[in-house]
Amino acid sequence: MPDHLSALQLILAGDPALFAIVRLSLGVSIAAVALAAAVGMPMGALLALTHFPGRPVLVVLLNAMMGLPPVVVGLALYLLLSRSGPLGTFGILFTPAAMVVAQTVLIFPIIAALTRQTIEDLWAEYRDELNAMHVGPIGRMTTLLWDARFSLITALLAGFGRAAAEVGAVMIVGGNIDGFTRTMTTTVALETSKGNLPLAMGLGAILIVLVLAINAAAWGTRIWSQRLTG
Amino acid sequence: MRAPESDLPLVLDGVSLKAGATTLLRDISLTIAPGVPCLIVGPNGSGKTSLLRLCMGLTAPTGGRITWGGRTDPAPTRRAFVFQRPVMLRRAASGNVTYALAQAGTPRWQRAPRAKALLQRVGLADLAHRPARLLSGGEQQRLALARALARDPEILLLDEPTANLDPAATRAVEEIVMSAAQSGIKIVMASHDLGQVRRLVGEVIFLARGTLCERAATNDFLDHPSTAEARAFLRGDLVV
Amino acid sequence: MAFRRLSVALALLGSLAASIATSSAEDRSIVVASTTSTQDSGLFGYLLPIFKAKTGIDVKVIAQGTGQALDTARRGDADVVFVHAKPQEERFVADGFGVKRFDVMYNDFVLIGPKSDPAGVKGKDIVTALKAIEAKGAPFVSRGDRSGTHAAELALWIVAGIDIASAKGAWYREIGQGMGAALNTASAMNAYVLSDRGTWISFKNRGDLDIVVEGDKRLFNQYGVMLVNPEKHPGVKKELGQTFVDWLISPEGQSAIAGYKIDGQQLFFPNADKSGG
Repeated sequence: MPDHLSALQLILAGDPALFAIVRLSLGVSIAAVALAAAVGMPMGALLALTHFPGRPVLVVLLNAMMGLPPVVVGLALYLLLSRSGPLGTFGILFTPAAMVVAQTVLIFPIIAALTRQTIEDLWAEYRDELNAMHVGPIGRMTTLLWDARFSLITALLAGFGRAAAEVGAVMIVGGNIDGFTRTMTTTVALETSKGNLPLAMGLGAILIVLVLAINAAAWGTRIWSQRLTG
Repeated sequence: MRAPESDLPLVLDGVSLKAGATTLLRDISLTIAPGVPCLIVGPNGSGKTSLLRLCMGLTAPTGGRITWGGRTDPAPTRRAFVFQRPVMLRRAASGNVTYALAQAGTPRWQRAPRAKALLQRVGLADLAHRPARLLSGGEQQRLALARALARDPEILLLDEPTANLDPAATRAVEEIVMSAAQSGIKIVMASHDLGQVRRLVGEVIFLARGTLCERAATNDFLDHPSTAEARAFLRGDLVV
Repeated sequence: MAFRRLSVALALLGSLAASIATSSAEDRSIVVASTTSTQDSGLFGYLLPIFKAKTGIDVKVIAQGTGQALDTARRGDADVVFVHAKPQEERFVADGFGVKRFDVMYNDFVLIGPKSDPAGVKGKDIVTALKAIEAKGAPFVSRGDRSGTHAAELALWIVAGIDIASAKGAWYREIGQGMGAALNTASAMNAYVLSDRGTWISFKNRGDLDIVVEGDKRLFNQYGVMLVNPEKHPGVKKELGQTFVDWLISPEGQSAIAGYKIDGQQLFFPNADKSGG
């Protein structure tokens, strides 16, 4: 990325390197949200609807894991994915795939914990009605997940926000390789270290605007579809 | 569609229900067989809701035994329940009914036409596509009835379904209940509205303080109550 | 049914995003563990397109401190190491992690400090300067990150006869970060800091800082390159990595290095000796 240009000039000029970085950032974060949701939502719902010994411990653990330090997750995955590590044969260290894995690990607890809370609250409301309709365990889970869909969007957004804003883990497992694993946040970190503070700030502003736009779009969708379905 | 199992007769044998140290229902023995509507009457806190929930199998008794058609499995095979405040699923009115049909095992291809007929039956055909949560209280209660009828029940249990409704909405609900009774569904309905008891003529089960005080034909109960509690209730005294 | 639609949509979204995320992956690529100075100075941004045009090989650079870069390579997570701390590099090769070390280029370190020069070291030699800074307790920022520059700084304190481990006080700040971060910190604190010349020339946020000591032959900064030993780590891309090493020390690579300039100033001086060293 040319050093002498400001972030605004890069946008106006349609700088391809900038767009590649934005595309990678969004692609990695969205993939991580999708993966974390595919696992975290059913797991959160399952945790909300089942009772077993040790469940409170699991709930507390899951809630605490929402605050996992990204650097620690990055380091742990680095050791796992390293060619000298147990998962080294996959050779995904320093690739976007590794970044997706890291972000998935980071946001899975957020999505699972928020889903559990949402589903548990909704279950309190729906329990009698669903029992009266003789809805089985699987049906309960799918019904509650579907009926909580508008609240769950917030869980997805929380996960997306964390993924998009995170720098510690993707820096370690992605390596911040120019044109390959360089994301918005690692670029901001790099430009800061080059003393290029205006460009770093400008890129930061772009990131914030993007996250804001995605949240606004999701919110709008929620309002609109809620009006349609109640 | 369903297995030809029957939930009738519904038999309570020495049933009691405690929540902690509080006794909600005490030693109730009762048989509910096909026939006229059965109204569970009594002041607030007399145990009407608890009794209905036991009959539905939503709550397990802490003493005694309940059987449905001779079976002890509480799975609601041919029963349906309408709550005082029904929970509307976050879908359209028709979606609520097709959901209930699906849960009752209705084949997929039958669901749309049957949902349409059920909405017609409760007078909501025009509101089929309206989000259920945006319906008025009376409309929601009628939709709850459509959902209950979607289960093709032998027994329909209703917990004061008109408690929060205005007279017009109450009339609409009562008409649906009476037509269901005429079609052969056993109605078991809690009420503390004596006018409603009179209109839905059948038999009365009178509860006070968790005890079954008397059971009689509606007119006999209203004209010649045999217990002091019932007489006080009918006079409009506060029965504690 | 509605739920099934949702999960199908989620799955589609996931695979789409995953394909976006990995679409730029290519087979002909190598990972080079290198230093923040080579990256922050912009050298790779200049060299790699030239190399790619010639060979079609993508070079992915992980910019770390020299110590960390050597660790990364030791774990087998890089194909080539390109760093600047000769004793550490020689041990890396001696331990069998690297195949053979080649000199590539050099630049020099410069002592950066505030224009007001509170320790009065401007124009002095580096040993006198460090002694004066320590004596006056003038603020000094150390990388503290086992990088090549950090190693060079520690060696210079020893040459100056100062046992920094016991002499350091509030004036001596170890930040444990890269060169750019160290310069940012020095700029904010008006402190002295040892930097490689390349990073300094390309550094933007200078504030009140300037070069105070340069040209001392003890400030010489040698860069070396080596292929990670494929016998230790079979995953190493031997041919592609060797191609990169060979190109760097070839006349063509050497003149490319000499051709990298900022504002007319040459940042790195090629000095490859094909016999290795």
